Amino acid sequence: MTMRSEAVSSEPVGAPPRFDFIRLEDFPLAPVLILVGFALVAVFANMLAPHDPEVGKLAARFRPPSWQAGGTTGYLLGTDHLGRDVLSRLIFGARVSIVVGFTAVIVAGAIGTALGILSGYLGGWVDQVIMRITDTWLALPALTFAIFLAAIVGPSEMNIVIILGAVYWTRYARVIRGEVLSLKERDFVRLAIVAGLSKWKIMARHILPNVINTAIVLGTLMLGVVIVTEAALSFLGVGVPPPKPAWGLMLADGKRGLMVGYWWLTVLPGTCIMLMVLSANLLGDWLRVKLDPQLRQL
Amino acid sequence: MSPRALLELDNLSTHYVSARGSRVVRAVEEVSLRVEAGETLGIVGESGSGKTTLALTILRLLPLAARVTSGRLLFEGEDLLTKSDAEMRRVRGKRIAMILQDPMASLNPLFTIGDQVAEPIRVHEGTARSAAWSRAGELLKAVRIPSPQTRLYQHPHEMSGGMRQRIVGAIGISCGPKLLIADEPTTSLDLTIQAQYLNLLRELQRAHGLALIFITHNLGIVAKMCDQLAVMYAGRVVESGPVKEVFRAPVHPYTRALLSSIPRMTDRCQRLAAIDGQPPDLAALPAGCAFAPRCPSAFDRCREAPPMFRPGDGRMARCWLAAAGAGAGKGGAI
Repeated sequence: MTMRSEAVSSEPVGAPPRFDFIRLEDFPLAPVLILVGFALVAVFANMLAPHDPEVGKLAARFRPPSWQAGGTTGYLLGTDHLGRDVLSRLIFGARVSIVVGFTAVIVAGAIGTALGILSGYLGGWVDQVIMRITDTWLALPALTFAIFLAAIVGPSEMNIVIILGAVYWTRYARVIRGEVLSLKERDFVRLAIVAGLSKWKIMARHILPNVINTAIVLGTLMLGVVIVTEAALSFLGVGVPPPKPAWGLMLADGKRGLMVGYWWLTVLPGTCIMLMVLSANLLGDWLRVKLDPQLRQL
Repeated sequence: MSPRALLELDNLSTHYVSARGSRVVRAVEEVSLRVEAGETLGIVGESGSGKTTLALTILRLLPLAARVTSGRLLFEGEDLLTKSDAEMRRVRGKRIAMILQDPMASLNPLFTIGDQVAEPIRVHEGTARSAAWSRAGELLKAVRIPSPQTRLYQHPHEMSGGMRQRIVGAIGISCGPKLLIADEPTTSLDLTIQAQYLNLLRELQRAHGLALIFITHNLGIVAKMCDQLAVMYAGRVVESGPVKEVFRAPVHPYTRALLSSIPRMTDRCQRLAAIDGQPPDLAALPAGCAFAPRCPSAFDRCREAPPMFRPGDGRMARCWLAAAGAGAGKGGAI
């Protein structure tokens, strides 16, 4: 450990610090703050939510937000058709969106990255098979395919994650395969072959660490898509099962109230979805530029 | 000759075959060579003369389109051509190591030097990480890296080109191989670093009893580094023998032409001697001697392919001119 600190101190002057890019001017502060905010809300949902998100008082149905006529400070953002507190449901809904979004992105990323590496590195018939499956997958409309899968396995949070992973791995597979094709011609991979490493070791030790960056960038860009899809599935009734508070489900429940002026039941969860997806996309775009393998210099 | 050489290539041919088999590129054709333990063999030739394919054949790392069509490849008495892939993996890096054309790009940018030098040791000897790292430290010292303990924790981008190359050398010798194949290892370095690196290779060779196959097109390096020389032209070894002998009295006109095309400081204002013409298309070799169309001393007989002649002790030449010379012993295989 002393050596490690020595190594750092003896770095040549002017060597760029590892995480220099964090301080760059174009760092997307607002999106990151919004995402971090949602994440904190999701983590501390139990403490923050003023009411039980799943149980309402029928006597207190359709209360408007507190600043409107008829609103009370007990229900800051109003109540829905079952008298459940909208704020509490939004808070717990953040938890659903974030948990489902992140795990689905990780599942899709794991499947796609593994298949992409196998396809790109092994080549030959493995490549052909994986890429033709990917082509077929991409030819299917994602949302319809997800609905179809959801209809088969039935709604639950766990199933949603699996479905989203199964639907969205293809983009990873394509991009990662391309990256691997260029990586495997690099001399350090050849040196590893010459040094007698097996192809599995090379894929795990030399290829995988070099594509992780790309996978993370892709994942950030996918996060928005996945969250929207989860909301859409919930909205259509094949996603998170009620009475669990998911933003998509709140939209579905609230849509009937829109015609009679109960705007808070749809606008608020809609805004949450929009903010979350927008932030994820902005962060992903920024990361893509910053960590683009072509721009990255190691 | 000793009964068993460290590496013996016997009549080895490697061809690249196109997808439909219509085009066959004879990249390596009927090559017979011997490398004794601790000896240095220089392989010279123009680009496309089959040097790199020969090296890849020895390690059995040929691309899919290539086929070894004939011959034997004996390493320490075992035929490498009959080994399974898993067995070959245990040979590569452990018993035969290779330094690639561009050692600058041979290091993985994401890992520390220590991890990369220790990797073959861990793979081949199953050594624990910490033990492999301390071996890596010794190896860095052996290749003259200053403050090796610090360098172990650094990444490739923190090193200079010469240093990275020495690290690649350290990876090469990490498992104590018997044979090191260096494929133009100095082409990407400037001259002073080249000289340092060549000296280092010589030292390592002496210290570890390594045999070295040095692939280059720099005859100056061959003169400095090698004991034996093999000149390749159009996939064939046209002349081979002890470096001093070949330099003193080249037999094959191609070798002569190569030697006379080295610029010398003493020649003032003279045009460089060049070899007229182009090397032949390896997919459509002329009948007879492949060099004949460019050869200043070609005669009728060159339309027939010349066998290997032995113009002197330990020397071989694939040229009819050698037949006229000192008591030519005929016969392809040695």
